[in-house]
Amino acid sequence: MPATNVSKATRDQSHARVFDLAELSLRELNQALHQLTPGSNETAWEVLNPKGSHSVAVGVDQPVAIDVRGSVGYYCGGMNAGGAITVHGSAGPGVGENMMSGSITIKGDASQYAGATGRGGLLVIEGNASSRCGISMKGIDIVVHGNIGHMSAFMAQSGNLVVLGDAGDALGDSIYEARLFVRGKVESLGADCIAKEMRPEHVELLQGLLDRAGVTGVKPSEFKRYGSARTLYNFNIDNADAY
Amino acid sequence: MTYRNPPTTPRKSATFDDYTLSEIRRAAATGIYDIRGAGAKRKLPHFDDLLFLGASISRYPLEGYRERCDTSVVLGSRHAKKPIELKIPITIAGMSFGSLSGPAKEALGRGATLSGTSTTTGDGGMTEEERGHSKQLVYQYLPSRYGMNPRDLRRADAIEVVVGQGAKPGGGGMLLGQKISDRVAEMRTLPKGIDQRSASRHPDWTGPDDLEIKILELREITDWEKPIYVKVGGARPYYDTALAVKAGADVVVVDGMQGGTAATQEVFIENVGQPTLACIRPAVQALQDLGMHRKVQLIVSGGIRNGADVAKALALGVDAVSIGTAALVALGDNDPRWEADYNELGTTAGAYDDWHEGRDPAGITTQDPELMKRVDPIAAGRRLANYLKVMTLEAQTIARACGKNSLHNLEPEDLVALTIEAAAMAGVPLAGTNWIPGKNGF
Repeated sequence: MPATNVSKATRDQSHARVFDLAELSLRELNQALHQLTPGSNETAWEVLNPKGSHSVAVGVDQPVAIDVRGSVGYYCGGMNAGGAITVHGSAGPGVGENMMSGSITIKGDASQYAGATGRGGLLVIEGNASSRCGISMKGIDIVVHGNIGHMSAFMAQSGNLVVLGDAGDALGDSIYEARLFVRGKVESLGADCIAKEMRPEHVELLQGLLDRAGVTGVKPSEFKRYGSARTLYNFNIDNADAY
Repeated sequence: MTYRNPPTTPRKSATFDDYTLSEIRRAAATGIYDIRGAGAKRKLPHFDDLLFLGASISRYPLEGYRERCDTSVVLGSRHAKKPIELKIPITIAGMSFGSLSGPAKEALGRGATLSGTSTTTGDGGMTEEERGHSKQLVYQYLPSRYGMNPRDLRRADAIEVVVGQGAKPGGGGMLLGQKISDRVAEMRTLPKGIDQRSASRHPDWTGPDDLEIKILELREITDWEKPIYVKVGGARPYYDTALAVKAGADVVVVDGMQGGTAATQEVFIENVGQPTLACIRPAVQALQDLGMHRKVQLIVSGGIRNGADVAKALALGVDAVSIGTAALVALGDNDPRWEADYNELGTTAGAYDDWHEGRDPAGITTQDPELMKRVDPIAAGRRLANYLKVMTLEAQTIARACGKNSLHNLEPEDLVALTIEAAAMAGVPLAGTNWIPGKNGF
């Protein structure tokens, strides 16, 4: 099915493959992306009229650039492995969930659970992110230019969450080894999450993250670092009140 | 000679029995609830409370060893391009690497493959042992997402979205630090030696409408090839089944409270959820009400032990059953040959359930390199295959006696119940009567 359907896609002047979701189905888009092989010349894709569709460009596993012109629904870029996806709009829940590698940039805002369980790659949200941003993150780097909602980085295992704005209630509740950097105000910290010293290696790490996310005019020294107090790592009945 | 009043025989309380007293003392001494493996141990209405009627003047039987009795089943034909085709309607339930040793996972894969059935990953990701040795492998998609990655998702033969399990509907898991080896820690992206909590809710969806969108995502990522199962604990089987179907499941898995766990609070295991027998008819009814019975397949698990249990579950309308605890026993779990070791742990063969502690004398629920040598994956896989074969033959024996040339032709009409409770739960008449409690206004 795909080969013929893909040929329906047109090309724009920059030779990107243009995929209009007003004319072609989500299935055809994802199928075409999955059929890419290493070394393919189809490295630039443009998706038109997403109109809040769910699961746009999920399971991408080749290093291709995908520009989505408009807002998307749930799970855009889910499980991305190598793709460079840019959403020129806002994203619904679970954008970049379980991302393995590559990058996703949201020009607008992101809904709940952005970057949930992500294992690698970089998720940049240029607007605000809603609640549970970076929930259960397992190695992904997330940079949010605006604010993040409550319960963000809940049970976050590994990776880095950088927030240029403020964080909502219960930041980093039950956090493991993920690192959180917040420039603005933190409404409250969750169980076992504490403010930590910014050592030189953290400054260096944060600068690298800001550079990769294209953030300028902001210095690492403006941020505070948060992470696990590690008091809940092994069950102890005297900690039961913490839950 | 002095007169003595006749003594009263010391009487222990039925309410405060020995187990209860020991549990109060244990709680008082340690200040922590009891965590253990396995499923509900209390006596529950179960398949033992049902009987087959067999053939009679109005029903004629099929000849054992001569006339064919089909056992095959296809799972996931609703939407998947590549449904799972099984030779027998008995699958191996999800059990995690981490909870189980590598050799034990390999043995499950070997045994299932020899028998033409599927095995299932668990809360800890897919290992090479089980992928390599399982012809048909179901990949569990769990709240923790430990070890989850799109490569493994795509090399699975089916995907099981786990909402809950029978031992703990509404509960997550806990793998204690002592079982976290380097390999387990790496697969779960957590430091070695710390307790690993498995979340009770999925991180990126809540409720049936989200689930529908999540299933769409999984289908898109796997190009609509893989059957998608939804597994629920035996909580609200009618509505859970109906909602799973509405969300787009190809297969619904309902796990009753006898279904095992690697590690959960005793109070949770014994007091939350419904018995397997009580879950089946509501789940089947939901499928029938939606016109989806046999279109969306139903797998039931929790306390399946022999071919009679398989036949009874199928007669009540399920498409396949799943075994976990029984499969571990076939591999060698709780074997009396290790009695001395069990005694050292303060227990006895047959009662050992501290699977979370990693000191399993049988080498199955452990990450201890010395203990796990006690499992020879080839021999243990063979034992599992033998056991599955026996269960299948037993179920066929019963089906032929009921005049059925396929296990799936068994029906509720072939059954009666020994107790009022079982009659009400299974929706079959109490033996010797035509009374089905709850039906026709009685």
